[in-house]
Amino acid sequence: MQLSSIRPIDCDIHLAVPSTRALVPYLDDYWREHVIRRGIDGDNLELSAYPPNAPLNCRPDWRPQSGLPGSQFEQVRDHVLEPFQPRFAICNVLHGSQIMFSEDLSAALCRAINNWIVAEWLDRDPRLRASIVVPAHSPDLAVAEIERRAADTRFVQVLMLAMTELPLGRRQHWPIYAAAERHGLPIGIHAGSSFRHPPSALGWSSYYIEDYVSQAPGFAGVLNSLVTEGVFNKFPKLKVVLIESGVTWLPAHFWRINKTWRGVRAETPWLDRVPSEIIREHVRLTVQPFDEPPEQAQVETIIEEIGSDEMLLFSTDYPHWHFEGTDAVPHGLPDAMLTKLLVDNALATYPRLS
Amino acid sequence: MNVTVMDRKPEVINQSFTGFIDCDVHPFYKSPDEFDAFLPERWREHRRSIGGRTRQGLAKSTGYPRMSPGAGQRMDAWPPDGTHPGSDLPFMQQQLLDLFDVSYGLLAPLVGGAGGERNVEFGSAMATATNEWQLARWCDPDPRLKAAVMVNIEHQTAAIAEIEKRAGDRRFAQVQIPPRGLEPLGRRRYWPILEACAANGLPISLHLGGTSGHPSTGGGWPSFYHEEHPSYVQSMQTLVTSLVCEGVFEHLPNLRIVLVEGGFAWLPALCWRLDKAWKRLHAEVPFLRQKPSEYVRQHIWVTTQPIEEPERPRDMLSTLEWIGIDRVMFSTDYPHWDQDDPRYAFKVPLPEAWKRRIYRDNARALYGLD
Amino acid sequence: MSRHIVATVDEISPGTCKIVTVKGREIGIFHVNDEFFAVINRCPHQGAQLCRGKLLSRLDSPAPGEYRLTRQGEMLRCPWHCWEFDIRTGQSWCDPDSVHARTYAVEVEPGATLAKGPFEAETVPVTVEQDYVVITV
Repeated sequence: MQLSSIRPIDCDIHLAVPSTRALVPYLDDYWREHVIRRGIDGDNLELSAYPPNAPLNCRPDWRPQSGLPGSQFEQVRDHVLEPFQPRFAICNVLHGSQIMFSEDLSAALCRAINNWIVAEWLDRDPRLRASIVVPAHSPDLAVAEIERRAADTRFVQVLMLAMTELPLGRRQHWPIYAAAERHGLPIGIHAGSSFRHPPSALGWSSYYIEDYVSQAPGFAGVLNSLVTEGVFNKFPKLKVVLIESGVTWLPAHFWRINKTWRGVRAETPWLDRVPSEIIREHVRLTVQPFDEPPEQAQVETIIEEIGSDEMLLFSTDYPHWHFEGTDAVPHGLPDAMLTKLLVDNALATYPRLS
Repeated sequence: MNVTVMDRKPEVINQSFTGFIDCDVHPFYKSPDEFDAFLPERWREHRRSIGGRTRQGLAKSTGYPRMSPGAGQRMDAWPPDGTHPGSDLPFMQQQLLDLFDVSYGLLAPLVGGAGGERNVEFGSAMATATNEWQLARWCDPDPRLKAAVMVNIEHQTAAIAEIEKRAGDRRFAQVQIPPRGLEPLGRRRYWPILEACAANGLPISLHLGGTSGHPSTGGGWPSFYHEEHPSYVQSMQTLVTSLVCEGVFEHLPNLRIVLVEGGFAWLPALCWRLDKAWKRLHAEVPFLRQKPSEYVRQHIWVTTQPIEEPERPRDMLSTLEWIGIDRVMFSTDYPHWDQDDPRYAFKVPLPEAWKRRIYRDNARALYGLD
Repeated sequence: MSRHIVATVDEISPGTCKIVTVKGREIGIFHVNDEFFAVINRCPHQGAQLCRGKLLSRLDSPAPGEYRLTRQGEMLRCPWHCWEFDIRTGQSWCDPDSVHARTYAVEVEPGATLAKGPFEAETVPVTVEQDYVVITV
């Protein structure tokens, strides 16, 4: 499927904070001095979920001579804005600031990241939009940051990591969802872990490839939590976007959670309809990476089994390496889906884009 | 209501293949003291005084209670004497083995606590005791029942010794290892145990459950059983990932793995994801000489229960094809609440050749049964 | 259609069930509160003996964490997979069939929240005549 002349909305590109030092000007006086005093400005706060030099995490022709990919505006302009001509590109920043154990330090650094996003990106190009970076493990401080940014409609989403300290449906997180719903902000749940826990119930696996693959099961746990805890009952206008989930695991997930619901509903009686319907209504998925089956017929079957043409959102996942050239639309998707995939579903999901 | 209701026959979509092999049957004890007969005095005393200790807060129950009494039993499977479902052989014969003329039933003991026991000496003693108990209470009285070699994999020498002791005893069909352990099963520290299984021609059964002590999801502990039940799927997925990516199958080309009670519809998408990731990250795991999906195809079997219920029943057929009809083996999970009845489990007609394989021939070949 | 006396009213204590065989089919006769109901003893899901299940209340929950019992003892839970059926109508609580997920419209009874689906437990009309429980089949 070619992009043709439709200008898409890219629902997932990654800006990289070039260094912790780059955030220093965006901290308030107290935290600036604090961070410098402790040498945190010299600490590398990369997330272990995304080693920047791993082949998956940067397409070779997007890798800069020096520095992190996606850390300079010119890179994003040359690699995404020019070739794809998006109407909008939603910027997701993944950085260790979001997971520092001290809630206060985490909140201060997240605030600095959001300041940096505004000054060096959103103010630079009218096509750029962004997710609000928050300390999800501190709901009160996360809500304060959401309230601080809500008036700037270039912030279109609240960003959370898929695997943190508590499953994301747990009630401790609900103030975040209340604030997001109030401001018409979807929750963007991004693949990855803060590794407060091992990547699965099995414990600590050896390899990065295992961590990467287990991000998809991680999303299953997220959905089970959001649905069974009744997040969508409590926040009926809330939308959730699963970012970089892989997509094709979704039908088998539907079947299993529906089956469980029929027998276990009595434990969670607020679930008055089948979970797959709840998910189809409230949850969206970015399409890259797309864990595609080897055969076209299988892709078609999976899309039918997903059972909705409103769930998938176009994304390049720049600079992660999932496709060559501009071949960003997964192969085998029905042509009839194209406009919805590229534009309409994003407009429906992110009201602030209109 | 009219007469047609009374005349309506129950809808049997697939006449069960009588003589099927049930790949997941759960025996239970009438009293935990039954293990004492097979324990040395030192461990009998230990069992009475300290007792079993696993990596969880509750000593004797799960923190995710099930939906029916007896920690999730079929409500009509309580034997006439009121003892626990699965504890009475005549009743099991009546409700399962004789009712369906079962050829073989593969036992998956979830009693004894051997696998998850923190005191690894005690765990190994309980493993031996549970193995003797299976023979005495189940396999010798009814040779249709095949035992699983229980081991505690945190005690390497004891586990290997137990495997070697039982190897060649055809009453044992496989080695049972809990999928949720201290570390993912593919890790090298467990390889000597995996080697012993492979060397002795014993498949490894990974029956869901177990208390690793790690949260059930990578994102922490869920609140509800409603989440815990499907979280086992995530454990199976990461287990397959570990076994493949660590190169276990490259190292042990004749090792066979059975995923029991984990469902199966998730397996194709996991393989697609593994292959895609491997395409980029193969330099990290250079010892893998094939695509991950090929290792899965060669080494992994799945049992059917809890049967998947696609929204469009016919999608069962493509799902089974994508996994491989020769890799799927029927199981009831008797006497648990979510067990499957062989007559009604599949909601779509299966081709005859598929039924033969799924209900019987695949298990017969895998386990070397007559 | 014919009428069959299946029990005396005293025989089946409240909250319990008597299983009878009429015209070759097993039927469970339930005494619920002050009424009698009859259900064919077969779960439409996987054929379990539905009438060996448990009578429970309907659970309503206006919001997560809020739990209310209504219609005490009027839901029959299958002894196997715990599917719940309205003892009055046989209607399954959970919608098990979503063949056309996108276009399937869930119909909701006014004033109630049961999601209807094509799976129903088969019920049989019951009357109480003097001291006898009578079913019509």
